[in-house]
Amino acid sequence: MKAAVKRRSGSKWAGWLFVLPAAAFYVVFVIQPLAMTVQYSLYSWDGIGVATWNGVQNYLRVFTDPDLFAAILNALKLIVFFSAVPVALGLAIAATIRRIATTRLATVARTVIFLPQVIPLVAAGITWSWLLSSTGLVNQLLTAVGLEGITRAWLGDFSTALPSVGVIGAWVLLGLCTLLLLAGMSKIDPALYEAARLDGAGPLREFFSITLPSLRQEIGVCVTVTVVAALASFDIVYISTQGGPGNASMVPGLEIYYLAFSERQVGVASALAVVLTVLVIACALPIQWLTRDRSS
Amino acid sequence: MVVILGGSLAAACAAPGSGNAQPTAAASSAPALSSAPTCGTEAVTLKGYFETGFPIAKALTDEFTKQHPNVTWDIREDQFAVITQNAPRVLADDPPDLMRLPQVSELVKNNLLKNLDDYAKVFGWDQWPASQLEQMRLAPGGAVRGEGSLYAMGLNFSMTGVFYNKKLAEQIGMTTPPETLADLDAAMAKAKDAGLAPIAQFNGGATGGLAFPLQDLMASYGPSAPINEWIYQKPGATIDTPSNLQATQHLEKWIKAGYFWKDVNAVDYATMMSRFIKGDGLFMFNGDWESGNLDKQMAGNIGFFLMPPAQAGGKRAAMSAPLTFGIGEKAKNADCAAFFLDWVATDAQARTIGVEVGGSHPMGPADAPMPPVAAGSVTENTLAAGAQIAKDNGSMDFIANATGAIYAKSWTPNLQKLVAGEQTPDGLLKSVQADYQSQVKGG
Repeated sequence: MKAAVKRRSGSKWAGWLFVLPAAAFYVVFVIQPLAMTVQYSLYSWDGIGVATWNGVQNYLRVFTDPDLFAAILNALKLIVFFSAVPVALGLAIAATIRRIATTRLATVARTVIFLPQVIPLVAAGITWSWLLSSTGLVNQLLTAVGLEGITRAWLGDFSTALPSVGVIGAWVLLGLCTLLLLAGMSKIDPALYEAARLDGAGPLREFFSITLPSLRQEIGVCVTVTVVAALASFDIVYISTQGGPGNASMVPGLEIYYLAFSERQVGVASALAVVLTVLVIACALPIQWLTRDRSS
Repeated sequence: MVVILGGSLAAACAAPGSGNAQPTAAASSAPALSSAPTCGTEAVTLKGYFETGFPIAKALTDEFTKQHPNVTWDIREDQFAVITQNAPRVLADDPPDLMRLPQVSELVKNNLLKNLDDYAKVFGWDQWPASQLEQMRLAPGGAVRGEGSLYAMGLNFSMTGVFYNKKLAEQIGMTTPPETLADLDAAMAKAKDAGLAPIAQFNGGATGGLAFPLQDLMASYGPSAPINEWIYQKPGATIDTPSNLQATQHLEKWIKAGYFWKDVNAVDYATMMSRFIKGDGLFMFNGDWESGNLDKQMAGNIGFFLMPPAQAGGKRAAMSAPLTFGIGEKAKNADCAAFFLDWVATDAQARTIGVEVGGSHPMGPADAPMPPVAAGSVTENTLAAGAQIAKDNGSMDFIANATGAIYAKSWTPNLQKLVAGEQTPDGLLKSVQADYQSQVKGG
């Protein structure tokens, strides 16, 4: 008996030993930078010379500087495009593809919809900035159907720059959501659908009574990933508008980069980064909690 | 893990940056040079950090090695934006002997650049026209630019103004360059009536190119000296002056009259160049770094004039800036790098490269020999403009260079708002001035 206990506690320590390398990397490359960011956020620092203590002044600026606060609001607006659109559309597309699962068309559709995930974001951003330019395909199509009146330089217009960036994000994330949801659907027991059909349920009823509840966890993953992508967006905005025109499409990720590397206000940049991190966690945790599988 | 955590916690207790070795200003303690340094005769490798897309630096270093075979180069290239972001770190950790420099105030504040005063004395740079070096001088501590010690050197200096498409000009009956602002307005109005785009300009993304015509208009309405004082961060300087307001209102008039492309807020520099070369746009506010390119692509069809003054016979002014290079405070081969910089300005072959490859006026004494250029070329026009500016003492630095962030964070968004009718001329100047004050104060 005694020996068994001893062996068990020994193997417990052995377990920690296996975790140690990964934990060390985690501490050095995740925890430490995070701690340093928090530390920097309390200083006024140009990145080279000696920093001076600044207390919570940097945080006050994040919430009182209208430009910085507007960037946070823009990120929240992007959630509609990066999250709501891909998840809703992804559900519809995945349900459709599932119904035609055995045909060639389903394979083609899956590939086409997932393609944006494979293309480097920078290339996609450049392609979209051509499509959305004043002489681009989007305006050509609008002109062709008689909507010449609304053509414009979509990425250079104050009212359309942020929505245009959102459309690019929706296009990128739609494939990821569709594929995740499709995988989730394939796990659903076909007997459930058969039973529903015997009870006289139509496709809509099937979708809302079987598909949607069974996908709770997958939807949770999709919403979490896309909301984080919206809040932490950088690359799409950087390539397509650089935050312009006149800050109309500025997001926190880009603002942090400008503050730290062009304005050399490492303190304020770090404070904004900490606020952004807290915001991401504050958004992601409730989503996780809401979509948790209650049965387990 | 405990050790690692402990280590990072220990680091976390000190103020950021205090662990770095802080270079201190050493110029006063260094013995003064008694004679001009050279690169000697022994093999030496100079470490260079240059800007991608500007072949002049590479062309000069190649020629230099041809003339001084003991000197070889170890060159790294980056985009200017990358150099801007990396400059302090590179100069602190791995200082190059010769480096393309962004705005230098911050670098001097942190003692990262070599003070070139001794070199200027022994090479005689201080005998050159003072305006050539003015932008690279900084008061102690780097607070104010335009006076004090020399911290950088130019490979040549650029000249800005207005390029025009000669064929389109003929079409609207413009036979000579405008003499006054009113002439320029009239030409633009005629072009608009003839269905041409009067102005080719960029203003998209993070690059507010309308700053070019705006500063030209400022110099047209008022003297250039106060604009320079603002750029140099002289205490009390302001951009919000009555004549600058007139200039901004004039720019707004051009916007409202539809003289710019409708999508100017989505046009970047490269798009502007390709459209202008294709013949879309009568005027373009730009600089002589494009002279060689335009002479090639629009041969015989391209002209250049300096921004005309508001009053007939008034003085001309232009943005004109040296292509700045500096030497790291801790550079290994500073003497040889300084000798190279002097050679660039004084060697006949080097001066020719400065004009032919760089497209701009070489640095150096006022009476230094000028390389021959093709008659009737736009390069000839821009070099002549340089002489005119020197005569009128109208050389200005660019309003985008006042602080490291003023262009991307203030001029650009405000100019884009002005185009969209979301900002007034008065509001624009007040907003830029407020940003300027907060940036000069630092954060």
